[in-house]
Amino acid sequence: MSKMILRTVLVVMVMSLAFIILTGCSKEEEKIKIGFNIPLTGDIPKVGEASRNAAEMLKEEINSQGGLEVGGKKIPLEFYYEDNESKAESAVNSALKLIEQNGVVAIIGPNSSKQAVPAGGTCNDNRTPMVSPWSTNPDTTKNRPWVFRAAFLDPFQGPVAVNFASKQFKATTAAVLFDISNDYSKGLAEIFKDVWEKKNGAGTVVAFESHGTKDQDFSAQLTKIINSKPNFIFIPDNYNQVALIVKQAHDLGWTGPFMGSDAWGSSELMTLCGKDCVGQYFSTHYAAAGAKGATKEFIDRYNDKFGETPDDVAALTWDATRLVLQAIQDAGSYSTDVKVERKAIRDAISNIKEFAGITGSMKFDEQGDPIKCAVVVRIDENGQFVFAESVCP
Amino acid sequence: MDILIQNLLNALQWGSFYALIALGYTLVYGVLLLINFAHGDIFMVGAYIAFFVATFFLGIVDFSPWVTLALTVPLTMLLTAAVGVTLERIAYRPLRRKGAHRLYVVITALMCGLILENGNLALLGASRKKFPELLDKVVYTYGNISVTNLKIIVIFAAIAVFFLLEFIVTRTKIGMAMRGISYDKFAIPLMGIPIDSVIVFTFVLGSAMAGLAGLLFAMSYPILEPYMGALIGWKAFIAAVVGGIGDIRGAFLGGFLLGFIEVGVVAVFPSTYRDLFAFSILLMILWIKPTGIFGVAKTTKI
Repeated sequence: MSKMILRTVLVVMVMSLAFIILTGCSKEEEKIKIGFNIPLTGDIPKVGEASRNAAEMLKEEINSQGGLEVGGKKIPLEFYYEDNESKAESAVNSALKLIEQNGVVAIIGPNSSKQAVPAGGTCNDNRTPMVSPWSTNPDTTKNRPWVFRAAFLDPFQGPVAVNFASKQFKATTAAVLFDISNDYSKGLAEIFKDVWEKKNGAGTVVAFESHGTKDQDFSAQLTKIINSKPNFIFIPDNYNQVALIVKQAHDLGWTGPFMGSDAWGSSELMTLCGKDCVGQYFSTHYAAAGAKGATKEFIDRYNDKFGETPDDVAALTWDATRLVLQAIQDAGSYSTDVKVERKAIRDAISNIKEFAGITGSMKFDEQGDPIKCAVVVRIDENGQFVFAESVCP
Repeated sequence: MDILIQNLLNALQWGSFYALIALGYTLVYGVLLLINFAHGDIFMVGAYIAFFVATFFLGIVDFSPWVTLALTVPLTMLLTAAVGVTLERIAYRPLRRKGAHRLYVVITALMCGLILENGNLALLGASRKKFPELLDKVVYTYGNISVTNLKIIVIFAAIAVFFLLEFIVTRTKIGMAMRGISYDKFAIPLMGIPIDSVIVFTFVLGSAMAGLAGLLFAMSYPILEPYMGALIGWKAFIAAVVGGIGDIRGAFLGGFLLGFIEVGVVAVFPSTYRDLFAFSILLMILWIKPTGIFGVAKTTKI
């Protein structure tokens, strides 16, 4: 009896194996495979969701017309979404899986610099073009000819925050609270401190405090910050932590203003933070309220489809993906050899001198970094991010 | 001086959560000699239960926040206790009946914790939940010291729970039975004491405390995620061990001690040193007294 069962199991196994091999061998229809290395779980799941939504919208638009037109032929798109769990090591694994198993021609993402810096190294070593939509840390693209991005850089964003805060709050002293285990947060905090102290003199950043990614209680750091009596608190942190920090600062008696960075700009910020965040300012990539032209069109379509205003991650993913598609079209022909095509895409992106994105027009420098404008937005009573100022390099 | 008092208050609040969770570890360990590693995740489940109960009463039934809070506290404790008892039924009791070694029960507990975490992730998704505000937050300010009404409630709740448990264990019949089981699991049934009921009662107590901690935590730090219980659960377990696991006073003291050390380190050093210093200090305590502060080398505990 048991022999019978064993045989049955064996037969089933052999058959399923044969099935897998046979289907694997069948001739596939030609498709443009693009990978997305995004955080669908972990600390910032909303960022991954926004990226995927924007990508799905773009894919539907192009595939409904039969595909992307490359050299007179229409080739449909196929997108692979790989979850990097908002972790640095998983981002590297996701990149490798997309490159080796899925055989993608280009990778969009990761979004946060914490994942984009290590994944950029992997993509560069494997000679696969990567475009990070949201990463602002200089290290992501530095000396990596295969890595590009669609966002401005922290050395640009830092001074924007410094100048805006000194003007808006008439501030001479500042305090900083940042996430020490996040490349983005740490890098931006240091740049901010440098620029601020150059402008206002040494020691004018009166408190420079850090915390860990999994922390939920910031009362000790905030007590120190509030006691050093700064004019405002700069928080270059992810939206989920911002919600906790701002609330706890208010609990500890802080009534002054906060200044944030582009990582605040998730549509989930107001759901988590509520009225505590009203009236605060942060620098970001675009302001949805009051947008015009192609940007407005994108916002309306996204709103119809997903029922919410797209945040900067969605807009930047749209731009980053279109940048890759533009490069494929510029290359003129689509090669079935993945390695040849990757090289062609890389060369084409580095040849794009100016690109009109919905987050503004960008020119690329020799590092693959765009030169583009930043905006500062204010959070109004309805939780809308309202345009306050635009700063161009 | 102001900074010191402010940080003492911060540490009392943070330590309260450790203490409340550590009490659950200690109760189960005291009776069963089992380290219930799923306890941190029961705390997480408690926070989510509180979230669903609160949003149900606020949103669907449309009660006022005060009524909602009054209903959420007992309901959360009750439902979390039910989760704890369910775990005991399906995971620990069958193993105990089969006379499995304690090691396997501990591993089962670890697995239960992972199942709770990932089950939550699969069911509710990765997006964070925002806990509704049930209390009109009032900030009292004296000079440079600020304290919210919620902070005071949390600290008092932890102290009240400690005295309640201390009373149950040392002054009631069922407490005597719990201590009896801890002393000799095999002789106690011969006295006609229903060992299973006492164990279930222990899980009810421990999990209800975790539920209360989850609710208070969600009110203080109103962003919920599936892995929120993992780290705090581990740390509370360490706090319980340092206090002398199996001893209620130990869990209470250990929890507050860890809270004080953590907040104290961050107040003086950069936050990177927090866990390094905190656990080095705890390690030194264990060097001097390996059974923990209140621990005795293997006699009746609780």
